Amino acid sequence: MSRNGTRGSNRRLDVRKTYKMLIGGAFVRSESGRALDVEAPGGQLLGHVCRASRKDFRNAVVAARKAASGWAGATAYLKGQILYRAAEMLEGRASGFQEVLQSIGLTPAAAKAEVSQAIDLLVYYAGWSDKYLQVFGAVNPVATPHFNFSVTEPMGVVAYVAGEKRPLLDLVSGIAPIVVGGNVVITLSTSRASVAAMELGEVLETSDFPPGVINLLCGLREELLGQMASHMDVNALVLQGGDAKEQTACREACALNLKRFFPKEVNEKENEDPYRILDTVEIKTTWHPVGG
Amino acid sequence: MSTSSTLSRRLPFQAHPVDEVGIKERVARLATRSIKKSSKVEGLKLALSMVDLTTLEGADTPGRVRQLCTKAVHLHSGRTDLPMVAAVCVYPTMVRVAREALKGTPIKVAAVATAFPSGMNPLTVKLEDTRYAVGEGAHEIDMVISRGDFLRGDYGRVADEIAEVKKACGEAHLKVILETGELGTLDRVRLASDIAMEAGADFIKTSTGKIQPAATPEVVLVMLQAISDFYRKTGRKIGMKPAGGIANAKAALNLLVMVREVLGPDWLNPDLFRIGASKLPNDILMQLEKERTGVYQGGDYFSND
Amino acid sequence: MTKTSTTIGSDWGYAPAPESADHFKLKDQYGLFIGGKFVPAASGKRLKTINPANEKVIAEVADGGEKDVAKAVQAARTAYDKVWRKMSGRERGKYLYRIARIIQERARELAVVESMDGGKPIRESRDVDIPLAAAHFFYHAGWGDKLRYAFPGKSVSPIGVAGQIIPWNFPLLMVAWKVAPALACGNTVVLKPAETTPLTALLFSEICQEAGLPEGVFNLITGAGSTGAALVNHPGLDKVAFTGSTEVGKAIQKSLAGRGTRLTLELGGKAAHIIFEDATIDQAVEGIINGIYFNQGHVCCAGSRLLVQESVEEEVVTKLKARMESLIVGDPLDKNTDIGAINSKAQWDRIRDYLKIGEEEGAELFQTKCSVPEKGYWIRPSFFTRVAQSHRIVQEEIFGPVLAIQTFRTLNEALEKANNTPYGLSGGVWTDKGAKIFKVTRGIRAGVIWANTFNKFDPTSPFGGYKESGYGREGGRHGLRPYVELS
Repeated sequence: MSRNGTRGSNRRLDVRKTYKMLIGGAFVRSESGRALDVEAPGGQLLGHVCRASRKDFRNAVVAARKAASGWAGATAYLKGQILYRAAEMLEGRASGFQEVLQSIGLTPAAAKAEVSQAIDLLVYYAGWSDKYLQVFGAVNPVATPHFNFSVTEPMGVVAYVAGEKRPLLDLVSGIAPIVVGGNVVITLSTSRASVAAMELGEVLETSDFPPGVINLLCGLREELLGQMASHMDVNALVLQGGDAKEQTACREACALNLKRFFPKEVNEKENEDPYRILDTVEIKTTWHPVGG
Repeated sequence: MSTSSTLSRRLPFQAHPVDEVGIKERVARLATRSIKKSSKVEGLKLALSMVDLTTLEGADTPGRVRQLCTKAVHLHSGRTDLPMVAAVCVYPTMVRVAREALKGTPIKVAAVATAFPSGMNPLTVKLEDTRYAVGEGAHEIDMVISRGDFLRGDYGRVADEIAEVKKACGEAHLKVILETGELGTLDRVRLASDIAMEAGADFIKTSTGKIQPAATPEVVLVMLQAISDFYRKTGRKIGMKPAGGIANAKAALNLLVMVREVLGPDWLNPDLFRIGASKLPNDILMQLEKERTGVYQGGDYFSND
Repeated sequence: MTKTSTTIGSDWGYAPAPESADHFKLKDQYGLFIGGKFVPAASGKRLKTINPANEKVIAEVADGGEKDVAKAVQAARTAYDKVWRKMSGRERGKYLYRIARIIQERARELAVVESMDGGKPIRESRDVDIPLAAAHFFYHAGWGDKLRYAFPGKSVSPIGVAGQIIPWNFPLLMVAWKVAPALACGNTVVLKPAETTPLTALLFSEICQEAGLPEGVFNLITGAGSTGAALVNHPGLDKVAFTGSTEVGKAIQKSLAGRGTRLTLELGGKAAHIIFEDATIDQAVEGIINGIYFNQGHVCCAGSRLLVQESVEEEVVTKLKARMESLIVGDPLDKNTDIGAINSKAQWDRIRDYLKIGEEEGAELFQTKCSVPEKGYWIRPSFFTRVAQSHRIVQEEIFGPVLAIQTFRTLNEALEKANNTPYGLSGGVWTDKGAKIFKVTRGIRAGVIWANTFNKFDPTSPFGGYKESGYGREGGRHGLRPYVELS
């Protein structure tokens, strides 16, 4: 995808893309009417992305909450199918994605590796969909005549702030374990990574995720983080990167409604880890008598 | 005789499901009631006054029945503070003997009837059995339900039989034995209780004593709850008689606790609560003597009649 | 039927049956338990712990302060570095087995002291608290050398020094819930019991001594709220575990925000207890009783909001009233007591405030007619009808024997009401229909669901909340997670 400007008067003028955000299954601009320039590492303008406002985040939470019970109730098989479908769609657009990643500064090799890893990661978590409960659930041998079992249940609405280092992979590695756990997610991408995020949005929209299950925002971390941490209808916040000060502020704000807070180091090795699914699920234990 | 009876059409026999584990927990909690000192002594005497002293052997003779009647009146020599038992329970052919032996006492004579214990005879025979016992002077009739009919779901027939026997009883009071040990589940115990009460039982009774398990605390609790519901619905107080395997004082006190907490003090008298037993009185007497003397007792000091 | 015999039965009741307390002797004073020894507080200050059933002082305990906390954390750190983390899981487990056995051996003493100090009926401390405390140690003892099987694919190591703060409603049982998994996983502990119920935790310290537990592995700092704050704020902790109110839990999260200290919280609740028309009504009524009148209602997972299907409301309420009238309120040490003393004057005042609030809000109060002793803090079993979802008695945790009864018409309405709360600790449902059970147990947003039963606990069964009821689990395999580092 060429993003250069005009090169001589007889050349065709490129149509520059302004990336919209994905909220509730619709591609929307920020209600605030603000946008951010996205520049290539060399400084040339790549395009524009929206600059999400607090209200955009609020709208995303409403859309996500609306989708939450449906997604939580979808069968594990279906969730796995949809994640795998996302992998298929991404694979189909692999070369395009590589270009996008290159345009924002990745070397061709790094871009290629990142796209492959992101695809593989989706396949990896798609496969966990109908297995993690078997690994992490339990039947508990209580000492009374009761059948007692513990299952995982989604927390609900999870906010995820992606890092920037690996624009695509950081996002996918956050989204996949969250949604495979049955949660709906609102992500925030920043800076150049926003371009990858919004491209991903277009992939996800064609991969059968119900509207509202994945909501992608882009904007400024410092502007939105406080909102994400304090919103009373958000059940968990997963944060990639960031410094100690930011984490402290988040943890404090999360105390408002005791939303679960998980600061994550960006660590490639840990991307493939079913224990990350466990972060954003609750354990529910049910008792029932055994009798005649 | 048709299987779809008038009663079964009239009565819905609405299921009142029972949870076995919940019943066991309640029973266990009731069993933690600690009955000490004066309440123990009073409770044991109360239990004695509720006993249906029973002999139901093929080998019963007039001599044996007379002996038992003597025991019913004089539970323990040398103690004048003891009540008499509520009734003596015998086969129909022994009713006359018992009536004579108990003349001048308030003790009732109860007769088992309706082809006790199996009930495997035609209704005509059962009714004749009942009329015979009443004619011999029985104050109370302990009938058995037809478990076979019940288990194959012919509840109407079970109900009709009870209603017919009730008619045959005339003035005599009717206790309906469910033989819970053959019913299989507590849900069925509850259903059989409901049917018996709707069909005219004055008492519902757990067992014949010929089948194990008999009067388990779980079964008793379910029946007491059925009686409570029936009272709430109709205003009629139905009596309860656990029978079979109740052989010690602690079990008897436990029964009183159950009656008190499930049905309330109104039921704590022999008009509404009986305990069918043969060996129970002596164990209670031993406990009472222990309370009186402070010394643990031995069986040789209590008459086995 | 004519009267056949005497009618002595109608007034037959239960004579007093007090549990004897003559087989052990409490000390007049207890110190802090630091580094394997009982020591006075650095400040020399002491607190009195009283029997809420007669307002008499039972003993004096040390009032720990910052200096004591520092000493205890240091002792725990030393024990962690030098002994406990290095010890094999098997040997650690053997200490826990020993502790479990000693709890069983001293069960009667512990039960009596629990009832004296906290006001709970002896029937419960004897049949529930103490046996479960022992069971928790037995269960976790066995995990000591099997942790790698608890977390497949991971290597497991302890976290370090855990600061633990527990409430007054299940004093020894909460010690067990906190200490057993922490120790089994290789951590050392500084624990602060509640101000009003320190005694069984002190006896537990003696048990640790008796078991030969290495010095400093378990440390106990008695005191009030400020002592707890000193513990939480000590920078030497790697982990904080708190059970108590949601308000304090949030404050702890805030105060720990800037530190790497891990945190788990087991907080308040306002559980919905749903009774469908097809329930086993008599057992459901018993479940309601267990749900709200167990332990004077001082239970975070109490079934404090009853949701009854309208078609059986009258039956359920009638039966509930009758059953409630058979509950005996009084001397916690009497074996027949069903409902003991309210734990403290402060809690007593709080519950009475809520009774007033409920009436002011327009709800209708029912209380049983039973007699209560003159001295001490008592609340008769109570419920409110004609309550609205917006009433404070429906929204707020009362932590007393006070039930709010609402009705519903459909399953969806029941679930909507059940989940219309910031809390999510527990819930209950009664129906005889299997498919409906699973629909409802799935639908309730809470960590522990009792279907056709209520208020059951077991060391193998994970316990903990959703939403503002906290996070982390205690018990079961899942309860180990807060006490291990995975890599």
